[in-house]
Amino acid sequence: MGEAMTSAAIPVVVEFSGGLEMLFADKQRLTLNVPATDKDNKPATIAYLVDYLCEEEMGDARKDLFVLDGHLRPGILVLINDADWELEGEEAYELQSGDNVLFVSTLHGG
Amino acid sequence: MDRIDHLRREISLRESELADLKSQLALAESEHRLARQAKPWAWPLSGEEYQRYSRQMIVPNFGIEAQLQLKAAKILIIGAGGLGCPAATYLAAAGPSHIGLVDGDVVEKSNLHRQFAHATSRVGQTKVSSAITFLKDLNPNVVYKAYETHMSTSNAEEIVREWDIVLDCTDHPTSRYLISDICILLGKRLVSASAFQKSGQMMVLNDPPGQGPCYRCIFPKPPPPESVVGCGEGGILGPVVGTMGVLQALETLKVITREAPPEKNMMLLFSGMAEMPFRSIRMRGKRKDCFACGEKPSLTLEGLQTSMDYVQFCGVRRPVSLLQPEERVSVKDYAESIMDKGHVLLDVREKELFGLCHLAGAVNIPIGRFMNYRGDEVPDWVTDTIPGGEPIYVVCRVGNDSQVAAQKLMDMGLGKNGRFIGDIEGGLVAWKQVVDPDMPFT
Ligand SMILES: [Zn+2]
Repeated sequence: MGEAMTSAAIPVVVEFSGGLEMLFADKQRLTLNVPATDKDNKPATIAYLVDYLCEEEMGDARKDLFVLDGHLRPGILVLINDADWELEGEEAYELQSGDNVLFVSTLHGG
Repeated sequence: MDRIDHLRREISLRESELADLKSQLALAESEHRLARQAKPWAWPLSGEEYQRYSRQMIVPNFGIEAQLQLKAAKILIIGAGGLGCPAATYLAAAGPSHIGLVDGDVVEKSNLHRQFAHATSRVGQTKVSSAITFLKDLNPNVVYKAYETHMSTSNAEEIVREWDIVLDCTDHPTSRYLISDICILLGKRLVSASAFQKSGQMMVLNDPPGQGPCYRCIFPKPPPPESVVGCGEGGILGPVVGTMGVLQALETLKVITREAPPEKNMMLLFSGMAEMPFRSIRMRGKRKDCFACGEKPSLTLEGLQTSMDYVQFCGVRRPVSLLQPEERVSVKDYAESIMDKGHVLLDVREKELFGLCHLAGAVNIPIGRFMNYRGDEVPDWVTDTIPGGEPIYVVCRVGNDSQVAAQKLMDMGLGKNGRFIGDIEGGLVAWKQVVDPDMPFT
């Protein structure tokens, strides 16, 4: 299948809020070039981005604070260009060049 | 000591009563003055109210109309802590008809850096009575109702039913789900905020009632209990939680006085130390299959009262049990037979906590360093901090992280050649309880 496709990349900005930055070496903002397609040559989605972040960017062993049972753990919101990902199609949303993806962990204190 | 405590309590009680009498007197005097002007009063608010609220009433598009809407409003504030104090203060000052306060805690000294409706002289009083003392002095026109209890499935309906709008100023997922559920069942709008360390979040739920999303629509599943850290463990800056409480007060004024409901659902994110601290995001609407407010909701009032268990729903953190009994020492044994022998004491609390107070001779590697490390070699930051071959005793606050770190050290191979690696059971909290009550902080 299209070898040439795999070299294409999508520039995206990923941001973390609500303590998730702790899992990414305290970086609140990552500027990434994410492969445009996954290993099955399907367009890169949010689900793929979550895997990619775990594999390539997360410095922490506490993966289960980000992913549980193969999905984003409960209590994390995903905002695509400042709108809830539900408005965009959730995990199946296909990344577009220049997207801003914000992961927000819910806070409980008061 | 008992007598001193007793006298302190009595004095602070008298002071509260005195403050209350003084504010009643001030109000009566000003009403008396106005009554002497013989003409019948022809205005919708009293003279005192005109003076008190004039600066907000002349704000464009607020006016007397908004003031009268506010004067009819009954506002329930659940939680009289870091969010509840600023929210209640600004709302009470603005002149609603009633304010209800719900909290089962008493004032502690560690609250005072952010919970400014309380006072040093009122440490030990219930938060609700302490806050009402402060609020009555600020605005005696409002009727205050005290609920000196935590919200529970059995009292939720009775407490919430009589109010127009609810503020969630609590600090745990269990209360957040319970409050959202009862607001859905009773058709109350809910202004919800939270804060932790340097960050805050705020949103308005069930607004308008039956149409806006609820807390479960946004967070259908509770976060794993391991990811829930409270302000008591993780810390909180006063102005950060204060900002969120003030924003809740503003949002409440908006909801009470606005002409039309909002077209979009918004969540406000606040990062107190960031260069651009405010961000508003567009939230989802109702979830069709929401347990509480969806098309076929499973939640009923009777179910909430008889079969809902919010603690079980949110789960509890399991205590860590990684080490064998012989790898753990009690604080007493450590103090009596280990402390003055050659060993390494490794404290794995965060560096800020270590900096506040630690045991003599302890070295610090925060637990996060261990969590971040994925290799299986012994890294430099371990050998630099823990040289030689002496036995290693790991300590933390309560004895969970210490086991995790000790296990990691064993996995790295530091325990080969028979070197002892273990931890101090119960951590520094146990140390303070059993060995050294003078330790100022754990
Ligand atoms: Zn809902």
